[in-house]
Amino acid sequence: MSALSHTTALTGRSMKHILRSPDTIITVAVTPIAMMLLFVYVLGGAISAGGGHYVNYLLPGILLIAVASGVSYTAFRIFTDTQKGIFARFHSMPIGRSAALWAHVVTSVVSNFISLALIVGVALLMGFRSSAGFTAWLGVVGILALFTLALTWLAVIPGLTAKSIDGASAFAYPLIFLPFISSAFVPTATMPGPVRWFAQNQPVTSIVESLRHLMESQPVGGAIWTALAWCVGLAVVAYVFAMRLYRKTA
Amino acid sequence: MNAVAIEIRGLRKSFGTTTVLDGVDLHVQQGHIVALLGSNGAGKTTTVNICSTLLKPDAGEVLVAGHDVLRAGDQVRRSISLTGQFAAVDGMLTGRENLVLIARLRDQKDPAGIARLLLERFGLTDAADRRADTYSGGMTRRLDIAMSLVGNPSVIFLDEPTTGLDPEGRLEVWATVKELAAAGATVLLTTQYLDEAEQLADRIAILHGGRIIAEGTLAELKALFPPAQVEYVEKQPSLEEIFLAIIGKKEAA
Repeated sequence: MSALSHTTALTGRSMKHILRSPDTIITVAVTPIAMMLLFVYVLGGAISAGGGHYVNYLLPGILLIAVASGVSYTAFRIFTDTQKGIFARFHSMPIGRSAALWAHVVTSVVSNFISLALIVGVALLMGFRSSAGFTAWLGVVGILALFTLALTWLAVIPGLTAKSIDGASAFAYPLIFLPFISSAFVPTATMPGPVRWFAQNQPVTSIVESLRHLMESQPVGGAIWTALAWCVGLAVVAYVFAMRLYRKTA
Repeated sequence: MNAVAIEIRGLRKSFGTTTVLDGVDLHVQQGHIVALLGSNGAGKTTTVNICSTLLKPDAGEVLVAGHDVLRAGDQVRRSISLTGQFAAVDGMLTGRENLVLIARLRDQKDPAGIARLLLERFGLTDAADRRADTYSGGMTRRLDIAMSLVGNPSVIFLDEPTTGLDPEGRLEVWATVKELAAAGATVLLTTQYLDEAEQLADRIAILHGGRIIAEGTLAELKALFPPAQVEYVEKQPSLEEIFLAIIGKKEAA
């Protein structure tokens, strides 16, 4: 399978980028960790989010914020490859056209998971404990992988079309903000009507609730299906758009 | 095997309402270096991009190494290499890693060996394990061209290979291109510099107004014009010659 070996070679290339500028992984992990410290040790005392340690409640939302900021680096790397003619070089070679793009996508998932592992590590130090078993954690990893994949394909679009580096990564800001208007930090029950309606029906809430239930080994209920539908739906739509754009670029 | 390496007939291409190529005809014999000469925006890059399957023609026929660019894009890509206008090397990787990557993508048997040979050939052995973003302009271009030679493509497209280089870098690239032709490759290079076309090319094609308005050897093109008049002028060294002489003295010291 030469397509697979080409994608592997190209993934090796973009993983080198990440290992040679570890600051990208650190930057992606640091802001969510700072937010976690702030919310647990400064604001946490005043927030009532059911029983248990607040960090347990908070962690799923923090992980989503990390992914949302992490994928902006993917947009940045794709932007650079487009601008520097690297994609053009690959496209004039006898390799599958999508190999170069898939390599960026795989790299995005791997590097985001390294950041996520760092954040979970800090959460453990802060007192995060999970009663979840192997299968439930597999579910957590699966949902996070789908979420990362969906946002990564979304990030490909500005990466290919942006006119400037700032433009390429600006799309991430609303994504980072979205968890604040959800049940990621506080339960939605205290929010006024319209805000509560938005919070309860936007994708982050269902994803956060599913992750939280899985980590606390509680029944996940219908939230997980809503979460999966959002992730898969977004991934498919973004993939189709991104691929169509990619085929048009030289 | 056809002795014509690149065959372009009636090639047309427009972007929106702007017609860039308006019936280009060009034949390039195997083993020749042909310079496509034209001012900025004449359509040189568009021509090269169509020949290397990056762009689709609106009309006309383009055969590269005997394969149609539209119907047999993959065979074309197997026979060619493209060195674009901006050196497309990965600055985060070392020179060696750049070459190994391309060798792996071209399904070569011994990527490390190929990289070693090319680094030697292009005088990059000492810099092989440094990141490419620390290279000078000339070195980057040499690495860029070295990457194009992985897998021994029979047709090489060089799009403005010396644009943005300092005079030394230019001479480095010129030497490289001459070597390519000596090795038997067909080279189509675009340039906006007359002296570059004169220095490197067996034949020169002038692209203007979307068509090839003149094509031939330098002698043939000169014959198109009235015979030269003999005049006596004092030869002043050009700034380029002065610059190179000073640099040369510095490096010898």
